[in-house]
Amino acid sequence: MTLTPLSYRVVDRRDETHDTVTLVLEPAADALKPFAPGQFAMLYAFGVGEIPVSVSRLGDGRRLTHTVRAVGAVSRALCGLRIGGWVGVRGPFGTAWDTAAAHGNDLLVIAGGIGIAPLRPLVDAVLAEAKAFGRLNVLAGARTPADLLYGDEFPAWGKPFGAVTVDRPSGGWTGRVGVVTTLLREARFTPSGTVAFVCGPEVMMRATARALIHQGVRPDRIRVSLERNMRCATGHCGHCQLGPLLLCRDGPVVGYDQAEPLLTVREL
Amino acid sequence: MTSHPVGSTGEGVFTALTAEHRGKLMALAREVSLPGGARIFEEGERADRFWVIRSGTVALDVHMPGRGRVVIETIGAGSLLGWSWLCPPRQWHLAAETRDPVRAWEFDAAAVHDLCAEDTALGLSLVTVVAEIIGDRLRATRTRLLDLYGPPGSGPVP
Ligand SMILES: Cc1cc2nc3c(=O)[nH]c(=O)nc-3n(C[C@H](O)[C@H](O)[C@H](O)COP(=O)(O)OP(=O)(O)OC[C@H]3O[C@@H](n4cnc5c(N)ncnc54)[C@H](O)[C@@H]3O)c2cc1C
Ligand code: FES
Repeated sequence: MTLTPLSYRVVDRRDETHDTVTLVLEPAADALKPFAPGQFAMLYAFGVGEIPVSVSRLGDGRRLTHTVRAVGAVSRALCGLRIGGWVGVRGPFGTAWDTAAAHGNDLLVIAGGIGIAPLRPLVDAVLAEAKAFGRLNVLAGARTPADLLYGDEFPAWGKPFGAVTVDRPSGGWTGRVGVVTTLLREARFTPSGTVAFVCGPEVMMRATARALIHQGVRPDRIRVSLERNMRCATGHCGHCQLGPLLLCRDGPVVGYDQAEPLLTVREL
Repeated sequence: MTSHPVGSTGEGVFTALTAEHRGKLMALAREVSLPGGARIFEEGERADRFWVIRSGTVALDVHMPGRGRVVIETIGAGSLLGWSWLCPPRQWHLAAETRDPVRAWEFDAAAVHDLCAEDTALGLSLVTVVAEIIGDRLRATRTRLLDLYGPPGSGPVP
């Protein structure tokens, strides 16, 4: 972990949707330590500001891949970077999706919107040692078909069950329509032997966790990724505090047993 | 703990019922297979049946002038299709079409009403199950109203 950003250059970029871009970054000199799935970097758009962004694919250990949705000044500046552009990067920060603890279990990977980005390296890791796990289910929700991320990769993830659903169908969409929890009925898993990894807007994660608990999945086996504004990312400034947790250090990935009482309190 | 999908036998929707009640209800079920693209019912028609989907997907749609059929929601294996048979005016509020080949248990609503009148404990349990499903769908609809994945600032005005 470094406190001052290292310089990285954009070596590849891909427009995923109208507002979301994937950037591949290469260090100008020294590289940061390798990231684990679920961890995040602080990306600094020069002259604009710095924001937390998860790794969306683990590469060769030197390169970094991030998928950024343009929602405000900094994320828009990052999405606007072209090949050859420069970014300051700090990290790796935060807790990871713990795949080792999930060995032998059925897996539910449940994403809403941009939440699929932090989950993609987890799916990659699981597919790389598929025999270590039970059944893999990947469920994703998006606003419209045009907002679906990584659509071309999805078919490879759909074993034994993978499905995407949208809130608003359009233009000849023949897939599923409705919230992501509606796909749970068809997923293949034994609740008592399942670990779920959930990432998306907080309301979506709460609804998903409740549905899973109702079906018999233990709260501590439901791992969620929580987001709060971050500044130092090193556990010093208190910006990312949620109750007793500093999410840059104790999160973003936490068990729902820990998250639930904190998420239902209005302002802490 | 069961292995999912709980609805794979078609009885999954009714797991909350006692074995005796489930048996009585399933005795009224008829196995049906429908090809993809089949219209199951149309808006305004009499709601005299319901289904439990065993495999495949059904789209619920509504006709909008100028836009044609707009899909509101899809329903997959292990789900109940149709609840308008339960209460007056017993008319479908939406239309339903299979997205792909569908296998389902079909129930005649009049026969189920008669069974519920005969065995009121079964009737109460069945209504509770259907109410829970309606509650789930209502919560899902409310979640969609929030437009969670929309651009910041979108969604309903607080
Ligand atoms: C641990 C962590 C990992 C993240 N990973 C990713 C990622 O992989 N890809 C990605 O695109 N984003 C990710 N984010 C969110 C990203 O950090 C924010 O979108 C960013 O901080 C917004 O900054 P901005 O200057 O562009 O916009 P701002 O001007 O700060 O905000 C613009 C609008 O977006 C809203 N907003 C800000 N932050 C968030 C948020 N976290 N969630 C929802 N709305 C928000 C604000 O309320 C405001 O309406 C992550 C956040 C955290 C905490
Ligand atoms: S961002 Fe400063 S303590 Fe977490």
